[in-house]
Amino acid sequence: MKCLRLFYLLVYCVIFVGSASYGFAQSDGGISGNFQIDAQTYKEDTLIGAEAIAEKMRSNGFLNLNFTKGAFSTGIRYEMYLKELNGFDKNLGGENGNTGITYRYARYSTEDYEVTVGNTYEQFGNGLIYRTYAERGLGLDNSLDGAKIKLTPVKGLQVIGLIGRQRTFFNLGAGIVRGGDIDLGLNDFLENFGQGILPSTFQLRVGASVVSKFQKDSDPVLKLPENVLGYATRMSMSFGDFSFNTEYAFKYNDPSAANNLTYNNGKALLLSGSYSTRGLGINVSMKSIDNMDFRSDRSAILTNLPINYLPAIAKNYTYRLLTLYPYATQNNGEIGIQGDLFYTFEKGTLLGGKYGTMITLNYSRVHGLDTTQIDEFTYNSEFLKFGKRKYFEDMGIEISKTWSKEFKTNIGFMQQYFNKDVVQTPGYGLIKASIIVAEIAYTFAPKQTIRMELQHMSAKHLEIDNQGNESDALPNLDGNNGNWMYALLEYTLAPSWFISAFNEWNYGNYYDGTKGDKPDLRIHYPSGNVIWVHDALRVQLGFGRIRGGVLCVGGVCRVVPASNGFSLSISSSF
Amino acid sequence: MKRILSLLFISLAIVSFTPTEDTKKSIFPAANVKNLKGELVNTSTFSNDGKPIVVSFWATWCKPCIQELTTLNGLYEDWKKETGVKIIIVSTDDARTAPKVAPFVNGKRWDFDVYLDENGDFKRAMNVNSVPHSFLIDKDGKVIAQHNSYAPGDEEKLYEEIKKLTAVSDK
Repeated sequence: MKCLRLFYLLVYCVIFVGSASYGFAQSDGGISGNFQIDAQTYKEDTLIGAEAIAEKMRSNGFLNLNFTKGAFSTGIRYEMYLKELNGFDKNLGGENGNTGITYRYARYSTEDYEVTVGNTYEQFGNGLIYRTYAERGLGLDNSLDGAKIKLTPVKGLQVIGLIGRQRTFFNLGAGIVRGGDIDLGLNDFLENFGQGILPSTFQLRVGASVVSKFQKDSDPVLKLPENVLGYATRMSMSFGDFSFNTEYAFKYNDPSAANNLTYNNGKALLLSGSYSTRGLGINVSMKSIDNMDFRSDRSAILTNLPINYLPAIAKNYTYRLLTLYPYATQNNGEIGIQGDLFYTFEKGTLLGGKYGTMITLNYSRVHGLDTTQIDEFTYNSEFLKFGKRKYFEDMGIEISKTWSKEFKTNIGFMQQYFNKDVVQTPGYGLIKASIIVAEIAYTFAPKQTIRMELQHMSAKHLEIDNQGNESDALPNLDGNNGNWMYALLEYTLAPSWFISAFNEWNYGNYYDGTKGDKPDLRIHYPSGNVIWVHDALRVQLGFGRIRGGVLCVGGVCRVVPASNGFSLSISSSF
Repeated sequence: MKRILSLLFISLAIVSFTPTEDTKKSIFPAANVKNLKGELVNTSTFSNDGKPIVVSFWATWCKPCIQELTTLNGLYEDWKKETGVKIIIVSTDDARTAPKVAPFVNGKRWDFDVYLDENGDFKRAMNVNSVPHSFLIDKDGKVIAQHNSYAPGDEEKLYEEIKKLTAVSDK
C-alpha cells in the first residue's frame, strides 16, 4: 500500500517536472494548485472550557497539485493532520497524527464525454440523493474513489454513471456506491430538430437519478438490506422573470445508526419558486424530508460517509453572534419554508439617495413531522404537514446604504427561535433571541478603511416538552448564557493589510459568581488578527480567546471547542 | 484493481506527452457551470474577443464578496467603455443558497455575467481555496493578477492592471 503510494507520487513528479509552463488558467500544459497550512497553540483555560492539549500545538494542512494538458488532466492532494486542530473529527489525526495522499484522479475530457478514475466529486440535481464534495474548513470530504463517466451524446442531454467507495478520513467506507443521472435541457435538446421549437423566454429542464449502495449484512440479530436503492426526479423551468424548481427523492428502507434502525422508507420533496426583475428579487422555498439520512456505511454517524446532501432551509448568517444558534437539518424528519426578498431603491430616489439603498428581508420556519410509532422498527408520519414541534424560526431585515464613496452603513435586526434540545443536544431547552447588528465602513484616505461592527443579542432560555409546551427555564439550566455583546474594529490598507480586534462578551450569563459553586461566567472573549495578502498568498496571524460554538460553512456545521492561544494560517494558489 | 488503476494512470500520463494538435485553444479549463436560466455552460467557451476578463468567485453569504462586487458594479460601465473588460462572477453557493443567486443578483442590479458552480468543478480547476478570489486573465488565458480577499481600494489596483493589459494589446 505504502509502496503504491510512493509509486503514484513518482509518476506525478515525472509528469510535473516534464511540464514547463506556469500561471495559466487555460487548459494547455501546466501545473497549478493551492495549499493551506493552519497551526494553533493551545493554552488551558478552564473558565471557557478550553482543555489542556498534550501536544501544545497542532497543525492541519493540504496541498493540491493539478496538471492539465489538452483534454487530459490529473491531480493529487496531500493532507496532514499533526494532529488535527481541536474540533476537527478525531479520526483525521488518529492516535499519532496522519499524513498522506487522500485524493488523486486522472481525467480525459472532450466535448462529448469525460472519463475520470480516482476520486471524484459530483452532485445529482439538488443533491437529495447524491452529492460528494469537500469542505476543507470543516474537515469534510466524502469523495467517491472509483470511476465516473459523463456523456453528452446529443446537445442538451447529459448522462452520468459512477461507481466507487467513499472516502472516510484516511480510508474508504465499507459500502460500494453506484449511481446514474440523466439531465435533459429541453431547449437545447429540441434545437437538434429545428430552431425555435421552444421560445427562448421559456426554459425547461428535467432530470432523474438513481443511486444504490451495497454493504454486507453481518448483523447477528437483524436482517438488514444489503442493497439499498434511492431515486429522484426533478424539473426546473423559467418563464420570463419567474422560475420554478422541484425535486422529489425516495429511498428504500435502510436501518442504520443514524436513523435509529428504522425500517421505514425515506422521502424528500423540495419546491422553490422565484421572481426577479432588475432591482427586485424574491425567492420562496419549501422542503419536507422524512428518514432521508443516506450513508454508505450503516454504522456511520455525524459527518461521516453521507451519500446525499440535505441543506438547512434557513438563512446562512455570517455575523458572529448569529453563529451562536445556527440551524442544522434534521435528516430524520422535518418540514420547513423559507422566503427571501432583495430590493434595491434606485439611485437618485428619495430612499435610494445618490448611491442606492438595499433592503433584504428573510423568514424561515422549520417544524418536526408528527409521527406515531407502529412497532419498534416502523412508524407512520405525516409527510407534508407541519408537526406540533417547532424546531426553528428566524426573521430578519437588513438595510445597507452607501452614503458616499467613503461612507457605508449596514444595519440589521433579527429574531430567532432555536430548539436546542432537537437541533443540538437534549437538556438545553429552547432559546428565543433578538439580535441587532450595526456596521459602519469609512474610507478616510485612499485605500485605507476603518470598519466597525457592533452586535447585541438578548436571549431568553426556556424549557420545552415533547408536545411543544414552553415553560420558564430553571435558572440553572445548562448553557443559560443569556445576553451577548460583540464589538469589532478593523483597519484595512488595500491591497495587503487587514488588522482587526474584536471582543465577545457574555455579560448576561446567569452565573455571575454568586450562584452555587460556579465561577463568574460573564466572560470576555477578546481576540485579534493580522492578515497580510499578496496576490493569492494569504498569511493570517490570530491570537486570543475564541468561544466555543458551531462553525457552519455552506449547509454543514461543525462544533468548534473554545480555545485560547495563537493561530497561524497560510494559504495560496499557484 | 489497484494495479489496473495505476496502469491506467501511467498510460494516460504517456498519452498526455504525445504531441497533439490543438484545434481550438480555450482560455479557461473545462468545467460545467450553470447560467441564471439553469442552462449548462462549459467554461472552456468563456471568451471576450481578445480583451481581458475578470473572473470573481463569490457566494451570497460572503460579505466581503458582496462589498467587492457592489463596488465593481458601480465602475463596470466605465471600465467596459474604456477597456472592453468583461467581468464574470461565479457563485460557489451550494444547494442551500443557490436558489437565491438569481433573485440576489437581480435585486442588486448587477450587470455581470453570472454563473453557478454548485459542484465546485470550476472552483477546483481554478484552484480557488476561499472566496472572494478574483483573477485577471489575458486573451491567452494567462493569469495576470489574482487576489484572495477584498479591501476597499483593491479595485484601483485591478483597474491599473486592466489598463496596462489593454495598452499592450492596442500597440
